[in-house]
Amino acid sequence: MEAVHAHEHGHEHHPSGIMRWVTTTNHKDIGTLYLWFSFTMFMVGGVMALIIRSELFQPGLQVVNPDFFNQMTTLHGLIMVFGAIMPAFVGFANWQIPMMSGAPDMAFPRMNNWSFWLLPPAALLLIISLFVPGGAAAAGWTLYAPLTVQLGMGMDLTIFAVHILGMSSIMGSINIITTILNLRAPGMNMMKMPLFVWTWLITAYLLIAVMPVLAGAVTMTLTDRHFGTHFFNAAGGGDPVLFQHIFWFFGHPEVYIIAIPAFGVVSQVIPAFSRKPLFGYTSMVYATSSIAILSFLVWAHHMYTVGMPVQAQLFYMYATMLIAVPTGVKVFNWVATMWKGSLTFETPMLFAIGFLFLFTMGGFSGLVLSITPVDIQLHDTYYVVAHFHYVMVAGALFSAFAGVYFWLPKWTGRMYDETLGKWHFWLTMIFFNVTFFVQHFLGLAGMPRRIPDYALQFADFNMISSIGAFGFGLSQVFFLYIVLKAIRSGEKSPERPWEGADTLEWTMLPTPAPYHSFETPPVIK
Amino acid sequence: MSTAEANRALLRKLVLAAICMFGFGFALVPFYDKICEVTGLNQLQKPDRVSNTQVDTTRTLTVEFDSNVHGNLPWKFAAQERRMSVHPGQLVQVVYEVRNDSNTAMAGQAIPSYGPKVAGQYFRKLDCFCFAKQELKPGEVKRMPVVFVIDPGLPQDVHTVTLSYTFFEVEGTRRAETGAAPKEG
Repeated sequence: MEAVHAHEHGHEHHPSGIMRWVTTTNHKDIGTLYLWFSFTMFMVGGVMALIIRSELFQPGLQVVNPDFFNQMTTLHGLIMVFGAIMPAFVGFANWQIPMMSGAPDMAFPRMNNWSFWLLPPAALLLIISLFVPGGAAAAGWTLYAPLTVQLGMGMDLTIFAVHILGMSSIMGSINIITTILNLRAPGMNMMKMPLFVWTWLITAYLLIAVMPVLAGAVTMTLTDRHFGTHFFNAAGGGDPVLFQHIFWFFGHPEVYIIAIPAFGVVSQVIPAFSRKPLFGYTSMVYATSSIAILSFLVWAHHMYTVGMPVQAQLFYMYATMLIAVPTGVKVFNWVATMWKGSLTFETPMLFAIGFLFLFTMGGFSGLVLSITPVDIQLHDTYYVVAHFHYVMVAGALFSAFAGVYFWLPKWTGRMYDETLGKWHFWLTMIFFNVTFFVQHFLGLAGMPRRIPDYALQFADFNMISSIGAFGFGLSQVFFLYIVLKAIRSGEKSPERPWEGADTLEWTMLPTPAPYHSFETPPVIK
Repeated sequence: MSTAEANRALLRKLVLAAICMFGFGFALVPFYDKICEVTGLNQLQKPDRVSNTQVDTTRTLTVEFDSNVHGNLPWKFAAQERRMSVHPGQLVQVVYEVRNDSNTAMAGQAIPSYGPKVAGQYFRKLDCFCFAKQELKPGEVKRMPVVFVIDPGLPQDVHTVTLSYTFFEVEGTRRAETGAAPKEG
């Protein structure tokens, strides 16, 4: 509660050193913690990806044994989704939502501290699970029964980690919704909110709707494992397919939980560097909402091969294709924002345009996969791997990079090195495509995913993909260097480094943003 | 209402929503069972209805009988005949034999599956040991019939149909009969 008493600067009352970070309730501190945690997990998950790609560099088994390979694919997925991408966007939300909507802080600062500090124990559980007898969960990030009912104690640790991560997400979402609905500055009505705030409002509702369902699914797995229930056990009257239904009821909205905040960041960056207001703001809000609603109706398109009646397959196929309509509206609006704009191509804009190109490609391969007969051919092949890395990496991750470069001057008061930023973009862009574009061909030719070995005809493309992966990984170490260099010795940022950016944090707050902002709400005309 | 009160009111609603969605996850289980019942999907333990008993003698199919035991259930399980030639529409009986090789009484449940997948919906079982749990005393041998008809609507390009059963142990049914302690499942 010190923060309340410290009127002007607040620094003097704070514990220093590590305790400042452990006890902090300041949204900016917590945002920073989320972002560093996310980057750390990104590195851990990245090392796992490189272990996978090393094994796949050549056919045959060279580097790891198949069981460890399976643990790597599982943990890579879980850590990247729950440890890297989601916390990154919660970090942005913590930093930006109060500043962009004119609120002094998040609505529940102490709960905010909790939501963050639940994450490191969950991450530790996942990492410790590698060292218990039997190793980590090795059933893929989707944790399908019946395999997960049979795995060793690493699976129990994974289940508890998912429970903790879910609690953290739900608490974070409650905070975000309450902040947005109750703490906006006077005059900031809903349809004046920056699109980043809108996208997070929608995402937070999605999280509250589906994270508890995932918690339920893993709880059922836990009781099947230890307490004699038969949710997924055929002999006891259960059904493993039931797990897939429950999981994907969570899993498909989860995809949009990752993508929608990324849309929000891009919707701030593109207008700023086009020096034009966002084209079709209202349609953006409605398109995002429709994507969120439709995401609850398409889950079984992940399960075309389980033996559904053809009518159900048709329903899920058409519903999935329908999502392309609001997504198309968004892509159209971003392009129309750039149309006749006065464009410049600083690093944030480069990443936003990279996002636009590659996310659209990922969307198209998704449309291909939505067609049932095609999906039955491509299910569980590298085509699917290529598809979701185009939307997760080139979509979510690229937009996170755009956001970091865009807001770093506001957060730290220092500019990053523009030349190095451009290098980072081009290296990332090129190596990303080297890694993942060829995986489309592997999948079309029938190479299955999650297998440590492959037939000889896949050797060339796999070698190219592995080389790309190492290049991509090294480029991200370079990103760390760029950010550290900016924080330590970057040039001092001007008050408004991007003259086209016109949201509250740029127009009403000094650079760098003070520790406490908007203690008296700004008046929005 | 002050902002703090408004915040707390919203907090309560959102927590309630999260709890409801946790319950919803579990509610999907009976909901899913109901859907399967209504649509006739996955009804493994009920006899199928047979509408057309016209025998199509112009067509001969090979039906293979496969049998498996799941995990470490100590049972021997096999069909008395490995394969049979049948006509679509013909009423066929086949006998499976199962023997409990342990000194513990226990129950198992057989789950059928079909190959190719498309054949499943044309394979009509009128009677099957898989409609109920089978309990076997130590060393007991049971001969169990399956009575079935293959629907003449089976696609023309299918010439061989495999009926495969897997016996799963029903947990918690092991009872030691000769003084041996019950083994952990």
